[in-house]
Amino acid sequence: MKTLQKIGLLMALSIGTIATAQQTPAPAQKETITITGATAHLGNGTVMENSVITFENGKITMVGGPSSPLKGTVINAQGKHLYPGFIAPAKSLGLVEVDAVRATDDQDELGDYIPNIRSIIAYNAESKVVESMRPNGVLLGQIAPQGGMISGTSSVVQFDAWNWEDAAVKVDDGVHLNWPNSFRRGRWWMGEGRGWSPNKEYQEDINKLKVFIANAKAYGKTDASYENEGFKNMQGLFDGTQKLYVYANGEKEMIDAVSTAKESGIQHVVIVGGYQADKIIPFLKQNDVAVLVRHTHSLPFMEDDDYDFPYKLPKLLVDGGLLVAIQNSDAANFQTRNLPFYAGQLVGQGMDKETALQLITSNTAKILGIDDAYGMLAPGKSATFFISEGDALDMRTNKLTHAFIDGRQISLETHQTELWKRYTEKYSRQ
Amino acid sequence: MKKLSCILLLFFFTSLLTAQVYFPENDGLKEKNNNYTAFTNATVYVTPTEVIKNGTLLIQNGKVVAVGRSVTIPKNSVIVDLDGKHVYPSFIDPYTSFGIEKPKRAEGNGRSPQYEASREGYYWNDHVMPESAAISKFKYDSKDADEFRKAGFGVVNTHIMDGIARGTGVLVALNDTQGDANRILEDASGNFFSFEKSVTSRQSYPGSLMGSMALLRQMYYDADWYSKGNAPTKDRSLEALIENKNLVSIFEAGSKDNNLRADKIGDLFNVNYVIVGGGDEYELIEDIKATNSKYIIPVNFPDAFDVSNPYLANYISLEDMRAWNQEPMNPKVLSDNGIVYALTTHELKKPSEFNEKLNKAFEYGLDKTKALEALTTIPASLLGQSDKVGSLQVGRYANFLITSGPIFDKETTLYENWVQGQKNVINDMDQKDIRGTYSVAANGKNFTLVISGEPSKLKSEVKLGETTYPSKLDYSGNWVTLSFTDESTNETYMTSSLITSEGTAFSGKLILPNGNETTFTAVRTGDASEAKEKEKKENTKDKAPEIVPVTYPNVGYGFETKPRPQDMLFKNATVWTGEAEGVLENTDVLVKNGKIVKIGKNLSAGGAMVIDASGKHLTAGVIDEHSHIAALAINEGGHNSSAEVTIEDVVDPEDIDIYRNLAGGVTSIQILHGSANPIGGRSAIIKLKWGESADDLIYDNSPKFIKFALGENVKQSNWQSFERFPQTRMGVEQLFVNYFNRAKEYDAKKKSGQPFRYDEEMEVIAEILNGERFISSHSYVQSEINMLMKVAERFGFRVNTFTHILEGYKVADKMKEHGVGGSTFSDWWAYKFEVNDAIPYNAAIMSNQGVTVAINSDDAEMSRRLNQEAAKTVKYGGMSEEEAWKMVTLNPAKLLHLDDRVGSIKEGKDADLVLWTDHPLSVYAKAEKTIIEGTVYFDIERDKAKRQSIAEERNKLIKMMLTEKEGGGKTRPPQRKENIQFECETLN
Repeated sequence: MKTLQKIGLLMALSIGTIATAQQTPAPAQKETITITGATAHLGNGTVMENSVITFENGKITMVGGPSSPLKGTVINAQGKHLYPGFIAPAKSLGLVEVDAVRATDDQDELGDYIPNIRSIIAYNAESKVVESMRPNGVLLGQIAPQGGMISGTSSVVQFDAWNWEDAAVKVDDGVHLNWPNSFRRGRWWMGEGRGWSPNKEYQEDINKLKVFIANAKAYGKTDASYENEGFKNMQGLFDGTQKLYVYANGEKEMIDAVSTAKESGIQHVVIVGGYQADKIIPFLKQNDVAVLVRHTHSLPFMEDDDYDFPYKLPKLLVDGGLLVAIQNSDAANFQTRNLPFYAGQLVGQGMDKETALQLITSNTAKILGIDDAYGMLAPGKSATFFISEGDALDMRTNKLTHAFIDGRQISLETHQTELWKRYTEKYSRQ
Repeated sequence: MKKLSCILLLFFFTSLLTAQVYFPENDGLKEKNNNYTAFTNATVYVTPTEVIKNGTLLIQNGKVVAVGRSVTIPKNSVIVDLDGKHVYPSFIDPYTSFGIEKPKRAEGNGRSPQYEASREGYYWNDHVMPESAAISKFKYDSKDADEFRKAGFGVVNTHIMDGIARGTGVLVALNDTQGDANRILEDASGNFFSFEKSVTSRQSYPGSLMGSMALLRQMYYDADWYSKGNAPTKDRSLEALIENKNLVSIFEAGSKDNNLRADKIGDLFNVNYVIVGGGDEYELIEDIKATNSKYIIPVNFPDAFDVSNPYLANYISLEDMRAWNQEPMNPKVLSDNGIVYALTTHELKKPSEFNEKLNKAFEYGLDKTKALEALTTIPASLLGQSDKVGSLQVGRYANFLITSGPIFDKETTLYENWVQGQKNVINDMDQKDIRGTYSVAANGKNFTLVISGEPSKLKSEVKLGETTYPSKLDYSGNWVTLSFTDESTNETYMTSSLITSEGTAFSGKLILPNGNETTFTAVRTGDASEAKEKEKKENTKDKAPEIVPVTYPNVGYGFETKPRPQDMLFKNATVWTGEAEGVLENTDVLVKNGKIVKIGKNLSAGGAMVIDASGKHLTAGVIDEHSHIAALAINEGGHNSSAEVTIEDVVDPEDIDIYRNLAGGVTSIQILHGSANPIGGRSAIIKLKWGESADDLIYDNSPKFIKFALGENVKQSNWQSFERFPQTRMGVEQLFVNYFNRAKEYDAKKKSGQPFRYDEEMEVIAEILNGERFISSHSYVQSEINMLMKVAERFGFRVNTFTHILEGYKVADKMKEHGVGGSTFSDWWAYKFEVNDAIPYNAAIMSNQGVTVAINSDDAEMSRRLNQEAAKTVKYGGMSEEEAWKMVTLNPAKLLHLDDRVGSIKEGKDADLVLWTDHPLSVYAKAEKTIIEGTVYFDIERDKAKRQSIAEERNKLIKMMLTEKEGGGKTRPPQRKENIQFECETLN
């Protein structure tokens, strides 16, 4: 009997691994569910012990205290923690599967000004890398093209879908711009030294960019008699329906970028990177610029910088009163599952845990423009959250038992958990 | 027409050459000139320390025949009365490429690197060319010679500045008049070496500093073997090396650490290199002194950075700013420490910069006699040519300088630079000094004229009342011409006059703006006082420059004084022993003489410093089994096996990542060779003793390790290379088998007592077979893991560690059986095809099967958070916290065979400890103190203070550089230090 059971399990496992590239997306929520007893981290900076949370038809209908009524199926989460789904901005998840295998790489198109390159249509909803985000609580992401100067247009997706249309949460939410560096590594293949030195073409690069933006704006002012897809895809920046995500780290670069964008009539600017943003906080505030700050698990840029500068940078910006969320655009895609720990690192730097949480939930949602539904636990919001056995910002206690996206209970299995179980089984038979 | 003048010129020069006596002469009559030239009333520096006042120097046929106070002057002498002027031996530059055309870079030839040598009948490596002879490529360059002479040089040593073994050099007198038959003093003046590959060959090996070092060692081993007649074939390179064995060997090392590297190679083969340094010797002066080597030192002190743009100034490291401030003290520090060195123009853009740089060294306190020695007697003796050059003793070449006064004084003028008895005028000695202030009566007006500046480059200022007239002055052959313009009327006056006597008045012709000619008179009224005052001001400005202190290491977070071990008692800590005792609450740990001596409750300090650790966690220091920080090179990929190289040769104790690792609680690391080839290089296992020298970082009696690698990298799958074996996993196996077979044969031959060619690569591989050296093998997929274990078993040893080992979970049982450990990433995958099945549960599964498992970094960022990476094994696979903690402490210690010394808190072990603010596996924990052998190398409070002092020092240096720029000093654009973060796959 026992052997039979084992064979059954083995068959199920092998079928699982052979038959599916990814976990099957969960069906829409049918019945009402209530989670009781969890410590609910609402994502707005507050925490609620012994919470009762009800959701129906994919939406949260109630967030209450211990004496609240229990509706529908009840999940007892006593001693556990409840968090809004974490959101990963400025990544190419689903655009590349294996970094070193070119055939799997769809993240970087040729050309310097190509806002009409759109990530959403190439997003692989069945990526194994995307799937591996979920067991750590990362449930949503902004998928952005890479490279060039204007790399293209991003979209926000959720991580449990049959195809890209299914996955889309917000299509074409923003245009991504890599700002030139005033200081750069010598182009040794052109006979320059290998060290870092001032970029002589910096101003020229900016001038060229300005010409492109001005033309895009002029194009939108009339009923153009011709088609220019690039110009067309810039219009949302001028009417405020899209944001401009500018990748810049230096003080001077950020000032140039924000000033250029504002002068060009671009409504919303978000800095991505912001390594020296702490030096220009008043300027950024004055211009209403949010920062998707470089993640904490990175090295200082400069040799004399504080060893823990990347650890504390987000805190410096939050303390300065900026709207801040964490991204890891310069890390490999698979690393994005460590997003909660990037936030956790801030607690060691003296940031309150609930504030740190906002940097990967509500603040991110606000910056990406999806805060009407995501990033917080509140009635009316999407039921996109998860239950963890312990503190989800700390490695040793981030252990998910349940996760929901729009009320659908998603699988927490992955290609990796399947291999884990398969080989655990192998050894248990010995 | 052009052609004609060329031919004429040729004739002209030929006739000037003093042909050798036995050469027929057809363009004139063969006449002798055996006259003497006597320089009288001179202050003669026979050597820098032997000075004759009112002396006479007598020369004949290009050589010194007498020197002294009472020299009998033969009747057939031309007498030059020097009237108190000074005479010095001219300078010798021992390290140049004078007269040698710059070697041409080899053209690329397609997509694959070149692995084999291009030559036949020579050494197996193109970069070793001891048979090269500079004499065969030498072509005297009179233009460059003139540059050198103007800077005071009379003799230069030159060679082909290219390759690792560069062959012999040539010693040349800068004698324009006579041909190579006279001016070449030595055809083979020395044997030259460096760590740099030749540009003339594309042969891949060596591709790293450690490869160059290994190649040099093998070259000497091979020469020894060849000289005993063992080689079956001819090797012209080795023959040349053997033949030139007794020449002086000059090694261009180029930096303080490379000086030590060169010296080490020399020591191994009893070669006393004269080392060409880098100008940064002052930072490591004790070690430099301990080499007992002689040096050739460049004076290319860096220019200040242009820091006027604060955004860009931000990018400059404190280390680079300090170099500008400190490097000019290098010669002085060398002298103060009694190190014998010559100076060189090497690394300067042109010889004319030499004097300006030397002046800087004087401002920094360099003794002028020492400087003179470093330019005359010392280079002569380094080259073994003291009997010919470097002094004005009888019999030496008549190579000397005539100056107006003490040679290194700013106001001194260099008049003549004689080479082999041939006169070369730099500044006209007979020209009268006309510097001063004059009252000029011209055209009914009284102008004021001030003449100032260097005699060779006079400046003029003409004033009428308070109005300055732009003027131009030219003075040569005792004729002075002066023109000045009245800007209000745009009228120009021109004067011309012959100076007949010094220091009084002069007069001559004046051409008025209307073209009429009349006369003018200039009467001297005094010194050029204004100009002098200005000079004085400059002098005071230059006096005693402020030098910021040198730290250990000499970078931002270095120590002012090297930290010392302390006895200490941690009170009331939560102690993670990593041993059977587990985690002990409220426990004391006593450290004495660098060791953990007692663990218990209520221990008494007994003189030890007490550290209140209540509420804090004390653990053993973190150990990273797989790191690539603190090294100058990681891969030697020029061959498919590079067992002969060792990372110990290229440890970089100044890497800021050492400090950052300490701040993350890391105390020991294994710096592994990269994964460019199946058999990589040997490891360096070090403690992160920030501030100590490279050798002091390396473990005493270090266990011996070597890196092996499997899979995509060694097959060169992810880049364009299709020439090197192996290209498949099948080939990888056979490569190992082949090398082990060969090593076995080698070892057998060696042990049999037969003559054998010492082969460093085979020595190392034989150590593996003999169980003396352990393999840490880069590995990913299960097939290759299994394969290497089978190969090892066939040859009778076991693999010590699989590193990366991302599919280890698939063959954990086999690993356990073989007895190999696994050192893996916590959660990396998806970066290449062979990590498709990498899972974060790997560590837990292997551990559950009884494999010793470590979590490593292979990454400079992750290595400083290894405690967090260990915590991930609790999340993925449910390891207990204590077991998780061992994965970054005791387990890597076991894998490295260091668990008897480090890895846990146990009485008797090294006091390598970390005090944490929180649970050490928590993302919230910070290291407060990191201690190695009882010495605090990281302290969060010191770090805070250091941040402040770095900011202040940067600010100070930036201000100093701004002042330098305002004062007209040269500047260069800001630069950011290139800090290479190595990973396994970094090729360099």
